[in-house]
Amino acid sequence: MSEEIILDIKDLKTSFELDDFEVKAVDGVSFKLPKGKTIGIVGESGSGKSITALSILRLLEKPGRIKGGEINFKGEDLTKMSDKRIRDIRGNEISMIFQEPMTSLNPVYTVGQQIRETLKVHQGLGKESGTKKGVELLKLVGIPSPEQRINQYPHELSGGMRQRVMIAMALACNPDLLIADEPTTALDVTIQAQILELINDLQKDLGMSVLMITHDMGVVAETCDYVAVMYGGKVVEYQDVKSLFKNPKHPYTVGLLNSIPRHDIDVEELEPIKGNVPNASEMPKGCRFAPRCPFATDLCVEELPTLDEQSDGGEVRCWIYTDRWNGDPEVKVNAKERTT
Amino acid sequence: MQKKELLKVNNLKQYFPIKGGFLGRTVNNVKAVDDVSFEIYEGETLSVVGESGCGKSTTGRAILRLDEPTEGAIEFDGTDLLSLSKSEMRKKRKDLQVIFQDPYASLNPRQTVGKILIEAMEIQNVVPRKQRRQRAIEILETVGLNGGQIDRYPHEFSGGQRQRIGIARALSVDPKLIICDEAVSALDVSVQAQVLNLLKKLQKELNLTFFFIAHDLGVVRHISDRIIVMYLGKVVEIADKKSLFDNPQHPYTKALLSAIPVPDPEIKKERIILTGDVPSPIDPPAGCRFHTRCPFATELCKTDVPELRNLDHMQEGHSAACHHMEKIMAGELQPV
Amino acid sequence: MFQFIVRRLIQLIPVLLGVTILVFSLMHLSPGNPAHIIAGENAPASTVEQIENRLGLNDPIITQYFRFVKDAALLDFGNSWRTSLPVSSELWPKFWVTFELSIYSTIFSIFLGLFAGIISAVRQYSFADISIMLVALFGLSMPNFWLGLMLMQWFSIQLGWLPPTGWGTPQQIILPVITLGTMGAAVIARMTRSSMLDVISQDYIRTARAKGLKEKVVIYRHALKNALIPVVTVVGLQFGSLLAGSVLTESVFAINGMGKLIVDRILARDFPVVQASVLIIAVVFVFVNLIVDISYKFLNKRIKLD
Repeated sequence: MSEEIILDIKDLKTSFELDDFEVKAVDGVSFKLPKGKTIGIVGESGSGKSITALSILRLLEKPGRIKGGEINFKGEDLTKMSDKRIRDIRGNEISMIFQEPMTSLNPVYTVGQQIRETLKVHQGLGKESGTKKGVELLKLVGIPSPEQRINQYPHELSGGMRQRVMIAMALACNPDLLIADEPTTALDVTIQAQILELINDLQKDLGMSVLMITHDMGVVAETCDYVAVMYGGKVVEYQDVKSLFKNPKHPYTVGLLNSIPRHDIDVEELEPIKGNVPNASEMPKGCRFAPRCPFATDLCVEELPTLDEQSDGGEVRCWIYTDRWNGDPEVKVNAKERTT
Repeated sequence: MQKKELLKVNNLKQYFPIKGGFLGRTVNNVKAVDDVSFEIYEGETLSVVGESGCGKSTTGRAILRLDEPTEGAIEFDGTDLLSLSKSEMRKKRKDLQVIFQDPYASLNPRQTVGKILIEAMEIQNVVPRKQRRQRAIEILETVGLNGGQIDRYPHEFSGGQRQRIGIARALSVDPKLIICDEAVSALDVSVQAQVLNLLKKLQKELNLTFFFIAHDLGVVRHISDRIIVMYLGKVVEIADKKSLFDNPQHPYTKALLSAIPVPDPEIKKERIILTGDVPSPIDPPAGCRFHTRCPFATELCKTDVPELRNLDHMQEGHSAACHHMEKIMAGELQPV
Repeated sequence: MFQFIVRRLIQLIPVLLGVTILVFSLMHLSPGNPAHIIAGENAPASTVEQIENRLGLNDPIITQYFRFVKDAALLDFGNSWRTSLPVSSELWPKFWVTFELSIYSTIFSIFLGLFAGIISAVRQYSFADISIMLVALFGLSMPNFWLGLMLMQWFSIQLGWLPPTGWGTPQQIILPVITLGTMGAAVIARMTRSSMLDVISQDYIRTARAKGLKEKVVIYRHALKNALIPVVTVVGLQFGSLLAGSVLTESVFAINGMGKLIVDRILARDFPVVQASVLIIAVVFVFVNLIVDISYKFLNKRIKLD
């Protein structure tokens, strides 16, 4: 990839350390985000996708801690910088929006107070100029009658409106990177469509890069340029979005795609992945997916494969694509052909 | 083949009073369900979809009489449910079971799975006492759990497995109708698919009837025979699955369908983005409730409540409540 | 806002009437004829009768009650049975002493309690947290007369820094306020801690951090205001109980306040004074709670103002 890389995560490890054991929520995650593009981090509960996002801005709650790796943002390693420097970056160069718009805004301050706060910290704007900018931002994110809304409290707004306020707040300082952690999961579909369109438009207009955390393959397909599929704290596959859906390589990605009930086409029988999502405290020692994988061999159970670059540019963490594969040499890992 | 009506809901209204003022008078009502009628045929899956506040869950609760409906009639298998006394209704619940979104909240954490199932059988007095444990093991195996897990507690199971326990409990009394209230919404996709397949399989084997409440149209398309679309307490469209997805008539249904992201980046579909939010069900808009967000709305829509209608170009049993279906179909009315 | 206050004031009427009924019954349910008490044990029947007439003790009970309420509303509580002085002139100076003591103690407990509670919450499970909670537990379980005596022993008698008794000068104020305020501080500290811990784990705190705010701003501006909501209720209740519970503290430090007055007059069966004191404490309590409710509104924007 010849593009400028804005975010380069290398072997990130984040753990929750309890008295006598350690939960490795993120266990060696690496991916790159080219400038101006959107990367989707997709996975099910416990895959470590949200913890990855929180690690970037170092917003982990105790006892969570980054144990290793690098998070390079515009040439600086976020994991190693001072608390003051990371605070300067938060909400300024990197902003974040969250899943629950209903609870992500402080209930005791008005929308305006909360937006002004960001503007004051990073740009030193006073009350008057802050309010002016705040109104502009609310207008930008499509909130009707922003002059009135800016004086309202969060509980006076609907979920969709609150998420717009969150976005306005995130955009206040023209960030280079927007981290969106399941931004539409708590919203109704018609509102989700509004918000996704808004994020897409703003990205185009402002040239932001976006890191989109989601569990919804539909959202990934519609918004992302690149996708990292996470399972059990590791990236198992990384591809550009078209290749991922057309030619998924990892058996987990394939299983995920085969599990989705589609609203646009008829699917006779869903092909679920057997078994359950593993618990982060009792990960299998070999490939994390081996216990649920239809192709797993003893090699998969014993040894963890590495995330390797493939001839077509994608990356996959699976023994099938290596010289050491000892299962069926003719094995084909393909998603079911589904077209309208 | 003549289809048998198992459940018939007529003009159901469910208003929740808002208390206020000095003495706690009823100052207004939340019109959660406002004049809804439909029927469920034996052996089918009828789904209700809609966004939050559309009244889909309230409808389910009203059928179970978890809330007392304000008005209307609910006839189940020939009996008028609303005329039953509390104890008669309790007996009727043998035929009418429910599976909730969060099975964990509805399973007693201090009871083993076996105890939970046996207790359900005990309450309805189905299956002779001595055979109950054996039957519980059978049911667990039916829902894809291991019969050997009968003496475990709910917290020892994962989310998907707990939902299976919820299903097992519903099945243990051999019901006719199961109401699934967002039963798979909280599950991860890979596990959700397992549970959906299980529900389909059970339906075939046990001739169950499902009333499926969901917001995910993918799930609904997969599991349903017929679908009701609700908006702000009203039915806006009702149709068999194929007609609804291939030939949606109501502008809301169309917008809803177009709003869902498709998991295929090659498909670039035209999207109808609705403006604004769902209005409050306390003072719903007059006329067609969708008119505040509808791209086709005219003056008529602001005053007259549209009836559900079946037109020539629609399949039998497909009807929608829009004044302008014909004009929209013919392209005479353009969105604004 | 104005409407809300007016409505709350109207709602106070039945509460206050209830209080007056209770206080009024106090005298009439207690055994013995007041006229006998005033006249003394060996007074002739004619004197007793004269007193009965003067006090209207032979009127129907309802009439007596309304007269009581009417007089009380004008702050006229009759004359003391013991000293024959007007009750209000005896009561007010002492009420102010107790009121001051309670106010200072409340301020003391709020500041100490909040400060300790915040530190405890922000550094959960740290040495500071554990020590603060231990001290708070002590504060809760220590009878305050004992604490008062201990303080007096150290600071007045051994170190000689502060006067052991009296009320008025700043030096005299310190020990009683600590004595009376410690339990409140402990309660508020524990409440603040749990409330803060709850708030700190909320999504909007994460949002505040994600905006790049300093940890201090996150804690004091974003967390504290939300955490105060339950604490304010406790403060209101605390104040009421301080007012009523200052008896022991006043006795220990020989402060001439209402607590001491009430005890003295109960023993002397001087009912008008007791009645008036109880009534005043109740009224103050009710109004403090009104203030609490109003400040609640300022803190919690989710409560509608209608």
